Amino acid sequence: MAESIRELEDKAKEVRRWIIQMLAEAGSGHSGGSLSCADVVTTLYFKVMRHNPKDPKWLDRDRLILSKGHAVPAVYAALALSGYFPIQDLLTLRRLNSYLQGHPDMLATPGIEVSTGSLGQGLSIAVGMALAGKLDQKDYRVYTILGDGETQEGQIWEAAMAAAHYKLNNLCAFLDFNKLQIDGRVEDVMNIEPVVEKWQAFGWKVLTIDGHKIEEILRAEALSRENKHSPSMIICHTIKGKGVSFMEGVVEYHGVAPTREEAERALAELQ
Amino acid sequence: MAEMVATRDVYGKTLIELGRENPDVVVLDADCSQSTRTAWFREKYPKRFFNLGVAEANMIGVAAGLALCGKIPFASTFAIFATARAFEQIRNCICWPKANVKIVATHAGISVGEDGASHQAVEDITIMRMFPNMTVIVPADGIETAKTIHWAASFHGPVYIRLGRAKFPLIFDEDYRFTPGVASTLFEGRDATIIACGLMVSESITAREMLIQEGIEVGIINMSTIKPIDRDAIIRASRATGAIITCEEHTIIGGLGSAVTEVLTEECPVVVKRVGMQDQFGVSGSPRDLLKHFKMSAEYIVQAVREVIGRKKRQ
Repeated sequence: MAESIRELEDKAKEVRRWIIQMLAEAGSGHSGGSLSCADVVTTLYFKVMRHNPKDPKWLDRDRLILSKGHAVPAVYAALALSGYFPIQDLLTLRRLNSYLQGHPDMLATPGIEVSTGSLGQGLSIAVGMALAGKLDQKDYRVYTILGDGETQEGQIWEAAMAAAHYKLNNLCAFLDFNKLQIDGRVEDVMNIEPVVEKWQAFGWKVLTIDGHKIEEILRAEALSRENKHSPSMIICHTIKGKGVSFMEGVVEYHGVAPTREEAERALAELQ
Repeated sequence: MAEMVATRDVYGKTLIELGRENPDVVVLDADCSQSTRTAWFREKYPKRFFNLGVAEANMIGVAAGLALCGKIPFASTFAIFATARAFEQIRNCICWPKANVKIVATHAGISVGEDGASHQAVEDITIMRMFPNMTVIVPADGIETAKTIHWAASFHGPVYIRLGRAKFPLIFDEDYRFTPGVASTLFEGRDATIIACGLMVSESITAREMLIQEGIEVGIINMSTIKPIDRDAIIRASRATGAIITCEEHTIIGGLGSAVTEVLTEECPVVVKRVGMQDQFGVSGSPRDLLKHFKMSAEYIVQAVREVIGRKKRQ
């Protein structure tokens, strides 16, 4: 368990280096959105969440549902660095017979909580898990990471309504608001603003942070625990491709892996 | 005259039994709880009942989340919305990860009646049968419904159970034992075999009695588990009688008729006639009138049997 902000920043950098190496080795995958949520993923696995790599199915663990499943390289890296599986296996990503599938497969990978990849569905599953926690009077928390483009799915708002209706204060969502989706800028493809007001109107406690500042992630998450009756939405302003200069804010890197040469440049920047 | 029972009523009663027996059983509905009878469970066990409102896709995801935390969710609404509206959620959130969710849909088939085409699910068997890991069950009466609901609660994995709105005759008694994946042969036949599911089983029994007057002896198989289908029962019937009629209040495209003919084509082709919805939408009407209108009632099953026997003789 990392302790200091500095250690977490270093860990996030390590996660990013592995994202680049995995994707370059695989030759395909989603670079931009994996890098944009790397700080949230790192903070959750190395500071916030109660979990045990030696007992992935521990009943009292906190749960992370990666609703934007295409960013799973970030989670695979965090799981491997936590000790769920050997780090070198990350380089098998997306290969035939690898337990690291292109999108999260809970039956294949230790530590992967839920199978996702089809956008708009993870939040509903998180609602179900949070309801189960309430029923069983467990104190575990349920976290989920949503993509900004993902919130164009109608089911997200069905789930948002249900989470507030059932007063799921044990549910904390992060919106990876990197402003880009495959077809371009979110505001051009299908505007999701006003984001804060939408989630507030649906009955959520909304916090807005810089999603690359570890201390802000920690502070927002701590605040989310104080909610007595509402689920929490932490809107993380992020940069797609964060950490790699030539990927930052470049929409073309949504679903494209770096070449070998690009990977070398990226890794040099991430030292 | 056999007692008339609606399978959804049996579902409501059985859920209460399950609620008493197993604290992990939870029930979800999408604003149809009065009609699906899940409201009966809610009255007894309000903390374990979740109404998700008119939002079926979310209901399926929430059910998956509950299942992944050890609950045994029964998710219910009308069959058209439970399956077609939530198609991809069932695929990706339930079947792929083998989540222990039971989708029990009521108001299936043409026998929904007066509500008309928008509410008559005649594609749900096709949809549910496609997914790996999904078990698909269509009980033939109220007795079998109770047995399948109990079985589903004891089985770990995705299950789809198709129930109706209308009352139709009981054909089994309490001694009946349901075995998943094993068809029950109600009558051995000589000239042809009817393979039916749901309320079409009792319709087939009526047809059989009419055919006896003509000296025709048909067997009847209740194929209540449509997936995994009982291949041996189909092969045995085809070898014994050389002519098969399938009966379902469902489209013949992808449903029971398709499932049976897939086996026959591979194993032992014989003459076949599929009784069911012939690639068309329903209309409003009483269940009884609709079965006649779409040529699925007993007299049309009789015609179908005569036709296949005729074709068999000409071969």
